[in-house]
Amino acid sequence: MQQYSGFGLLKHSLSHHENWQRVWRNPTPKKKYDVIIVGGGGHGLATAYYLAKEHNITNVAVIEKGYLGGGNTARNTTIVRSNYLWDEAGRLYEHAMKLWEGLSQDLNYNVMFSQRGCLNLGHTLQDMRDIERRVNANRLNGIDGEVLDAKQVNEIVPILDCSDNARYPVMGASWQPRAGVARHDAVAWGFARGADMRGVDLIQQTEVLDFIIEDGTVTGVKTDRYGDIMADKVGCVVAGHSGVMAAKAGFELPLESHPLQALVSEPIKPILDTVVMSNHVHGYASQSDKGDLVIGAGIDSYLGYGQRGSYPTIEHTVQAIVEMFPIFSRVRMNRQWGGIVDTCPDACPIISKTPVKNLYFNCGWGTGGFKATPGSGNVFAASLAKGEMHEIAEPFSMFRFHNGALIDEHGAAGVAH
Amino acid sequence: MSQKNRLQSGGRIDRSKPLTFTYNGKQYEGFAGDTLASALLANGVDLIGRSFKYSRPRGIVAAGAEEPNAIMQLGATEATQVPNVRATQQELFSGLVSSATNGWPSVENDVMGLVGKIGGKMMPPGFYYKTFMYPQSMWETYETFIRKAAGLGRSPKEYDPDIYDKVNQHADVVVVGAGPAGLLAAQTAARGGARVIIADEQNEFGGSLLSSKESVDGKAAHAWVASVVKELEANENVIVLPRSTVNGYHDHNFLTIHERLTDHIADRAPNGQVRQRYHRVRAKWVVLATGAHERPLVYGNNDVPGCMVANAVSTYINRYGVVPGNELVLMTTNDNAYRTAIDWHDAGRKVQAIVDTRKNPTGALVEAARERGITVIAGSAVIDVQGSKRVTGVSVAPISEDGSKVTGSVKKLSADTVASSGGWSPVIHLSCHTGSKPVWNEEVLGFLPGKTVQKQLTAGAINGTFNTAGALEEGKKAGLEALEKLGLSAVEVAVPATTEQKESKPMALFHVPHTKPTSQAPKQFVDYQNDVTAAGIELACREGFESIEHVKRYTAMGFGTDQGKLGNINGMAVAAKVLNQSIPETGTTIFRPNYTPITFGAIAGRDCKDLFDPERYSAMHKWHLEHGAKFEDVGQWKRPWYFPKAGESMQQALDRECLATRESIGILDASTLGKIDIQGKDAREFLGRVYSNAWAKLPVGKCRYGLMLKEDGMVFDDGVTSCLAENHFLMTTTSGGAATVLNWLEFYHQTEWPELEVYFTSVTDHWATMTISGPNSRKLLEELTDADVSKDSFKFMDWKPMTVAGVPARVFRISFTGELSFEINVQANYGMHVWEKLFEHGEKYDLTPYGTETMHILRAEKGFIIAGQDTDGSVHPYDLGMGWAVSMNKPFSFIGKRGMQREDCVRAERKQMVGIKTIDPNIVLPEGAQGVFDPTAPIPMPMVGHISSSYWSACLGRSIALGFVKGGLDKMGEKVYYPLVDGRIVEAEICSPIFLDPKGERQNV
Amino acid sequence: MFYIYCPYCGEHREEEEFHNHGQAHIERPKDPDSCTDEEWGNYMFFRKNPKGLHHEIWVHAAGCRKFFNVTRHTVTYEIKEVYKMGEQPKVVAE
Repeated sequence: MQQYSGFGLLKHSLSHHENWQRVWRNPTPKKKYDVIIVGGGGHGLATAYYLAKEHNITNVAVIEKGYLGGGNTARNTTIVRSNYLWDEAGRLYEHAMKLWEGLSQDLNYNVMFSQRGCLNLGHTLQDMRDIERRVNANRLNGIDGEVLDAKQVNEIVPILDCSDNARYPVMGASWQPRAGVARHDAVAWGFARGADMRGVDLIQQTEVLDFIIEDGTVTGVKTDRYGDIMADKVGCVVAGHSGVMAAKAGFELPLESHPLQALVSEPIKPILDTVVMSNHVHGYASQSDKGDLVIGAGIDSYLGYGQRGSYPTIEHTVQAIVEMFPIFSRVRMNRQWGGIVDTCPDACPIISKTPVKNLYFNCGWGTGGFKATPGSGNVFAASLAKGEMHEIAEPFSMFRFHNGALIDEHGAAGVAH
Repeated sequence: MSQKNRLQSGGRIDRSKPLTFTYNGKQYEGFAGDTLASALLANGVDLIGRSFKYSRPRGIVAAGAEEPNAIMQLGATEATQVPNVRATQQELFSGLVSSATNGWPSVENDVMGLVGKIGGKMMPPGFYYKTFMYPQSMWETYETFIRKAAGLGRSPKEYDPDIYDKVNQHADVVVVGAGPAGLLAAQTAARGGARVIIADEQNEFGGSLLSSKESVDGKAAHAWVASVVKELEANENVIVLPRSTVNGYHDHNFLTIHERLTDHIADRAPNGQVRQRYHRVRAKWVVLATGAHERPLVYGNNDVPGCMVANAVSTYINRYGVVPGNELVLMTTNDNAYRTAIDWHDAGRKVQAIVDTRKNPTGALVEAARERGITVIAGSAVIDVQGSKRVTGVSVAPISEDGSKVTGSVKKLSADTVASSGGWSPVIHLSCHTGSKPVWNEEVLGFLPGKTVQKQLTAGAINGTFNTAGALEEGKKAGLEALEKLGLSAVEVAVPATTEQKESKPMALFHVPHTKPTSQAPKQFVDYQNDVTAAGIELACREGFESIEHVKRYTAMGFGTDQGKLGNINGMAVAAKVLNQSIPETGTTIFRPNYTPITFGAIAGRDCKDLFDPERYSAMHKWHLEHGAKFEDVGQWKRPWYFPKAGESMQQALDRECLATRESIGILDASTLGKIDIQGKDAREFLGRVYSNAWAKLPVGKCRYGLMLKEDGMVFDDGVTSCLAENHFLMTTTSGGAATVLNWLEFYHQTEWPELEVYFTSVTDHWATMTISGPNSRKLLEELTDADVSKDSFKFMDWKPMTVAGVPARVFRISFTGELSFEINVQANYGMHVWEKLFEHGEKYDLTPYGTETMHILRAEKGFIIAGQDTDGSVHPYDLGMGWAVSMNKPFSFIGKRGMQREDCVRAERKQMVGIKTIDPNIVLPEGAQGVFDPTAPIPMPMVGHISSSYWSACLGRSIALGFVKGGLDKMGEKVYYPLVDGRIVEAEICSPIFLDPKGERQNV
Repeated sequence: MFYIYCPYCGEHREEEEFHNHGQAHIERPKDPDSCTDEEWGNYMFFRKNPKGLHHEIWVHAAGCRKFFNVTRHTVTYEIKEVYKMGEQPKVVAE
């Protein structure tokens, strides 16, 4: 196994970098696996990694329709935070946060997790009540957080317009110092490399066409390139396509797949050191290590699998950014793109058993999946390994939409990005 | 003359209009008609930047939107700074101030360049994923250094002084690009009577013809262009948009066009003019005539200043009268680029050689070059160049017929300029924006637009038709096709004759071989802006990044401000070669908006500050302003929050307002409450379905409070609805929820119960509403009305039509304060009159205006909820202790009934709303504080519910709060603790939410 | 941005005038009180979410305020048909 380090770089530079090993193999799948993960995005790869690392289950295949980490992992705005309101959600995201802190070392792959802090701005009295409520809950749950007034916000982000000239002046913010950003692609690649070196087969450019289900129990999957591949358990982690896959397995999910757009500016010299989010004005931004302002746009109201949304959504977002940061008016937008997000009615994910035995789904992350990547994979792996849902995953059953035990994050915490 | 590379004549510049500009603090001169790039080249400025990663010296490579290097900081003042302007697209104006964006201390003498030279070897693609990991705590320090290198230009630090406009347009045909194909398409469509918009990113129409020496229609190409432009401009059905980039092609034929109105005149738009305009266009048909970009070849040290794209060199010579060097070596895979050598030669400077990668180049252009005595070295390539801040020479070597390897000895030639051409890539960007996948064409050696569901036509070089005659022909065809699709009749348009020569077959070569393996050869750049080399791409592939998307992400290829216009195809070719597959097998490149970057301000337009979201005011808003009200944003409304008197703190003002109301009279502007007029014979039935309580028996003249639930049983709005007549009701909603509620009612009526005869009209703005509240309120009302408003004839929860202050009014005897209270509604335009009359007569009672905050305190003293503050979408009526507002035995299963009976909704220990009294009456709990039963429990501490409302009650002389507690309704008198952010733990007692007048006697007087 | 034909106004208008209201043809159960939790949850939350043809409700919010049905492809975003409330689609997935 090839260990990465600065010394290794030096060594390889002497041989013109001709001798680097492959980051992952390109294997032909076996006939049968203990576990098949459908979907090679961040969550799926993390699941495979933790199955191998923490549960010693290495007879695992990840089957990916396109290329690894090519879906929402490649398309999000890379924000990581854990300051969720409800206990269940807070536990899940904080579990992820703890894994983020040390993930580069654990993977021996620098995912560039940068804890530069996150501000969630409040612009109305009710925003401030919600912020107080959330920060108080966070602190009692062991999640860092502070409530700041407008002056303190302005000290952290001097370029933010905190004056009364704004249509909705900034009244304050919640501040999570441990929040930040990570290099999204590296997260997928790091987990992929870690899984591969532990024996997991990463099968790319292979589409799962259907599940093989016998007497209500899943026994494998049908693929386009390799025919039937059997498995004791199947975990489906396909984000926007969860509804499509569930339909193949014969059930519906409480999900809608919507376009979620994002955009970047041209790279500019560093000027924004933290993540700034405003639910009320509807804009959020951070600046990457390359200098791009990374800006998340809103979700479009309609179903869409086109990886693109409507232009007014971009327009409103840019209005919000210029409203919040008037100095960016002359900076230019470089590129926009879209992902497909599977949204749940309560803005919380589904990590769950399903009506089909041994078929598990991990989906419904909506606009907020990236930040949970290691935590999601970790608890999903544990659930698959034991056949019983991990304690942190338990409340996120799809059946909560029957009994009513929702975890309504947009009711109170607002933005779920 | 200081412009040492400027020709004495020729080009489309005006030598009679010299312009002075500044680059890196030094003054230069150029001419009207120049771009910043052409002016810099005219002045012999070679070095215009340092590269991003290796800090290598860089020069101008191209002449248009595809330029990767000449990325400038522009702006004479702090407020007018613009980062990352492409010098090749910036027209020169007098007083232009520009500087390079990288290089420290200067672009000439850059210290980082040294680091690049030494460290470059240690910075292969993805190097940062492989290092900076240990120790964990050091990452922040490492990152600080990484961030220092980030970015190109810088943001201004002051606010933008300019304004931006938007315009919505509809067109029959939008023609994108005004080269030969676009011009003919527009001409044809316009002649046929179509409404046409033709847009081009350049200052002048003509596209490739602007730098061409061909003749069209028997005259100089630009003269033909001028004649067509004149015809189009004279046609009132045509909008001609120069300096306008169509940067996005969205679904259902929606396009965005970014028009730059003043960027060519000055830094800041003169005289308050609009700087840029954004066109939002709905087109019936779109003709993409976007042309093609020439691909440079990938060879050793191909980034040294002096290495340029062949066609760009011709453009500088022919369009701007600038020859950017003295000794040229041209490397080409095709005939087309021979023009560059011919242009160079004809400009009077030396062509060292044409290095043609093909074994036996033939054809008219080849002959034309030979006739001029230019040496043609066939079957060879420039494998690398020498020089650091400018090319000093090239290495030429014979290569194999398939271009895979060097086959002979290397010869050195002296040269200061290397022009290269690997053929042309159609500009298919817009065609990809709506999800259409481009298709590789082996003839064209490029991607062509793929299948689309948009109403899109294409013409010219975008189709791989690279000759002018073909482009003109296709332009006409597209114009005719658009006319036909639009149902307009065809017209006669003659395709003008051209003089260009036939070309022979080009060679498919992208990456020039070297004597050394790629990993050891001098750096061969694929993407200049991101310092992506052929070796880097090969390494990425070797490491397993085999999908082109992986390659791009791992190496950052195509992620620059040029979005890979020059490099992407070359990069794919390099990857394809390593992976031993074809380019189409390697993948396609998907382009997304924007085609070129767009000013954020232009996208935002005027929709910031007070136009960010409309502000709504009540009819009495002016009075509130004059009386010093502080305002609160509620939805879009500006509502008075409180009315401080001089020297008063907020709490003092609230205490005064509260006491005045409880002791005499207070007045609230309640106009913002949503009001929905509901009529129809089934109105009553409808109300019974959408409210949780009973409406069947509400008589005319009576009012009733209702809770509105969602299907899940959770409260989402509340308000009082009054029966105006048997089939006529007035519903009130929360101020922020009015639109949502109206939509909700319409949704259920139109989709579920269309058989009910009921009509909804929003009347929120029609009425001004003022609530007088307090023991003296009846006396005040009596002074202004003849109606009998006595206790017995105008009862609590009655409403009456009457005249108030001479104005017809609806008066509702309802109370949100617990006091005797009248809600007076008059037509909005009478609002101010009645309000002022009330104050005139109310003076003797010390009538006190109060705002939302006092309203909140007074209602909290009575335990009344505010939907949206005390509810959050997760509480049902029983959680609120409001079971009295639910009628479970109504015949119709009202919205929310079934939902609130689900397993989780009926379990014990749900969080329920109660009153909370702090043991220390002087402590006001923060709203949002979280309660616990055991304050000594370790973190994570089990929480039992939060405080939703909390105030100092001047009337009670203590703090009061409403909040949620698990099983709280059964825990009256028990303790709950609030650990606060500041470390205090506040002890409190669970109590009834009704703190004042529990029997409700004060309102029944 | 979509260009949507409002069957009540009889015109194409910009998407900005409309709001999407999700999957069409979901009927509120006639007798909610006899539904199981599962049935009621399915009615409220569970959706087809197809990749392909989708029948959905839009409302002409900034226009006539009427709700109507649209059959739209969720990948190409093509609108295949627009029909009034109470009518059935002519274009259906195979």
